[in-house]
Amino acid sequence: MILAVAILLVCQLIGETLARGLGLPVPGPVLGMALLLVGCLLLPGLAARVMPTAQGVLAHLSLLFVPAGVGVISHLDVLGGSGPALLLVLVASTALALVVGVLTFVLVARVTGDEGAQAPEEPLQ
Amino acid sequence: MSPLPLPEIWSYLSREPLLWLTATLVAYLIGDHLSQRAGRNPLVNPVLVAMVLLGGLLWLTGTPYQTYFAGAQFVHFMLGPATVALALPLYANRAQIRRALLPMLAALLAGSVTAIVSALWIARALGIDGPVWLSLAPKSTTAPVAIGIAEQLGGLPTLTAALVILTGIIGAVIVTPLMRLMRIRDWRARGFAVGVAAHGIGTARAFQVNDTAGAFAGIGMGLNALLTAILAPYVVSLML
Repeated sequence: MILAVAILLVCQLIGETLARGLGLPVPGPVLGMALLLVGCLLLPGLAARVMPTAQGVLAHLSLLFVPAGVGVISHLDVLGGSGPALLLVLVASTALALVVGVLTFVLVARVTGDEGAQAPEEPLQ
Repeated sequence: MSPLPLPEIWSYLSREPLLWLTATLVAYLIGDHLSQRAGRNPLVNPVLVAMVLLGGLLWLTGTPYQTYFAGAQFVHFMLGPATVALALPLYANRAQIRRALLPMLAALLAGSVTAIVSALWIARALGIDGPVWLSLAPKSTTAPVAIGIAEQLGGLPTLTAALVILTGIIGAVIVTPLMRLMRIRDWRARGFAVGVAAHGIGTARAFQVNDTAGAFAGIGMGLNALLTAILAPYVVSLML
């Protein structure tokens, strides 16, 4: 596990250094992710080593957003007088982005004749 | 060691990271437990439950956010390594991802443009302008990128951070009912769309529902960080 954590941190470190050094518009950890992906493709043994730790961390990805979320709750005043209007914008715009994104994906997948893993029929809640 | 009176114990605990680190984990466990009990009902989002519990606790004890964050920063720090760890589901799903390259690129462009343009357009219709309006442009992308973009555009970094987190929570809460309503059953499409529209918090929700959805959400989030950084300044200059 320590090895896996060290590998994740080394990738992040290289990513941060590259992002800052080259002034790239991508965050260091995202570059680190790309780097680790390339590493796994070149050395399949690497994936096997890191997989259990990665799965453990990603299973509780939600937890990692809690400190920032508490920051929002304790600084709701930054929304200022336009708080309700801003919330309305966020809900409408996020819903639109989801609908447009998912429909585009499904449509292009259908045109290129590619069906992916399907969710089971779900009851409407 | 002689026992300390209660106020002194409190003044010790409130100075050390132990208390708020523990509180963060416990609040999340309560949120996760409630979410499981509710059959992963999207309205019972573990992040939302935990942040309301902790926000209430900070308010009740009169604890400033800085004090809380001194403990919680250890959890916050893990966001970086967790983002790197997204490489593994990408690797495990590489065959599927390679096959879906075209739908992904199309959905990325459509979702990203919709996220930026619709936010700016609706906000303008509601009479929001100035630095607040500019802060909305990068709201669907991951926080560090969004803050960088907002600064470059002349937005307000703190407001942007709040808008980004709220967007993530909104996306995580509405994605499942919305997809059911639209009868979309393709896990790849569902995951990818929520990664593009609601970054890491959306991705966390996708991993809760399905591993394939999680992998596609992770790649959607990563690609949208890049695309929003390129598109947002351009879109804003067109709409000014």
